[in-house]
Amino acid sequence: MSRQPVIVGVADAPTENRGRALPGTHVLNMQRHCANEALAEAGLAMTDVDGLAVAGMWGTPGPGAMQPNLLAEYLGIRMPKYLDGTNVGGSAFVLHAGHAYEMIKSGVCDTVLILYGSMQKSQSGRSLGGRPALFSNQFDMVAGLPAPAGSYAMAAQRHFHDYGSSKETLAEIAVSTRAWAGLNPAAAFQDPLSIDEVMAAAPIVDPLGRLDCCLVTDGGGAVVMTTEERARDLKTKPVYMLGHGESASHTNINYMPDMSRLEIAERSSEAAYAMAGRKAADMNMAMIYDSFTITVLLTLEALGLCKRGEGKEFVKGQRTAPGGEFPLNTNGGGLSYCHPGMYGIFLLIEATRQLRGGLGARQAPDVKTAVCHGTGGVLSSGATVVLSSEMN
Amino acid sequence: MAYEKPVPAIDPDSAPYWEGAKDGKLMIQRCKKTGQAFLYSRQLVPGVDDSQVEWIEASGKGEVYSFTVARRPAGAAFQGDCPYVVASVTLDEGARIISNIVTDDVAAVKIGMRVETIFDAVSDDLTIPKFRPA
Repeated sequence: MSRQPVIVGVADAPTENRGRALPGTHVLNMQRHCANEALAEAGLAMTDVDGLAVAGMWGTPGPGAMQPNLLAEYLGIRMPKYLDGTNVGGSAFVLHAGHAYEMIKSGVCDTVLILYGSMQKSQSGRSLGGRPALFSNQFDMVAGLPAPAGSYAMAAQRHFHDYGSSKETLAEIAVSTRAWAGLNPAAAFQDPLSIDEVMAAAPIVDPLGRLDCCLVTDGGGAVVMTTEERARDLKTKPVYMLGHGESASHTNINYMPDMSRLEIAERSSEAAYAMAGRKAADMNMAMIYDSFTITVLLTLEALGLCKRGEGKEFVKGQRTAPGGEFPLNTNGGGLSYCHPGMYGIFLLIEATRQLRGGLGARQAPDVKTAVCHGTGGVLSSGATVVLSSEMN
Repeated sequence: MAYEKPVPAIDPDSAPYWEGAKDGKLMIQRCKKTGQAFLYSRQLVPGVDDSQVEWIEASGKGEVYSFTVARRPAGAAFQGDCPYVVASVTLDEGARIISNIVTDDVAAVKIGMRVETIFDAVSDDLTIPKFRPA
């Protein structure tokens, strides 16, 4: 009998008009839709769910401060055995998957639903300002640091200085990600981009321009995890979670010890690889949180997919685009597919779909093992999971 | 005219920093045990066990660790300032501080550039430590 945790169901919310939720959608029924779709593809029902993990930015102040309670109530999940509302930014869902792994493996619960929903585009809730000047944010908000882009810009500036990367390096990432989006009918932006277009895009916070920044869309998703044994009776091909890790270092970018080195992802990926019994070199593809192009560059180096400072060579010449040597962010990412504010759940969804196979033009060739890394806040928190189409 | 940009929610840990700024002093904290200077101010030294904290007046001199030039504002109140510089500055005492570098030549700002503190009294209640090229 194997309690090896597996992903058996995934779903994302349909959108239209460059990432707007369909008419009649609100943040709860969007998550209901995703939950039912993800359970149905596996052949499971809501009554099978005995663990619930959720994070989001909706409903606060108010019931959104206790999202797991509210969603258990709304979805009719009776007496769950595991609840998780860990919210450390957009990485949260990758942490949830790691926590769910432990809960399932140890027998606390059998079937976990991870959920996310956001209506931020429809509700026009996003600007570069407006974060309260509280606690460690007293100093940067007073100085007018655009949030969160300005923090990532400072990391990029430092990386350029320390390692000789450049706006062109970052543009390689934006262009390859858009090329993958061109193969994903659900992506908000599918038209190809050129390096020159990205470098010439409107400047936002030097050195980042508009096309270095993620989209602002609505969106939601669901991931269903259970045991390998339970999955034998289910309708989908299970994707095995082999390892996980997480960490955090700061809330405000000024207190990130080394802005050109994502130590959080180094630590979380070392833990995930060790648990999985794999090395970075064993990864056939990566799903990396791309809040900004610089996030990807820092994460590639931290995950050990290349050496520190060598990210610029790793992405050069569209190595990570469709048909390239290393498939990266194959759904089109937060840069071109969707970014509803907390994107991490889509990393798990896309890696699962790639590892199942059969994605047509978007299918990355010969992928058996994938690494997913979510980043939250301003390079503040992170979580890594290693997923595989084969059991260890 | 009323000051319309965000003002800090001054708390017991940060009050000496903001009070010092009103007197033209850049106040930072230092660990009595290790000598390590740090910001933001709080009642322990991060990473040091049995820490004891003291306040010191910093020299106000330092160098740019990293920075960005904001071409889009952090909200409407900053619109008129664009382009403006927000930087992390490593003070000579070792603590890192985040604030503006006030300059007409944003293109001249570089990592490693020497800067010095200026005190911008934006209202009767608030003086913000900022920097200018040294």
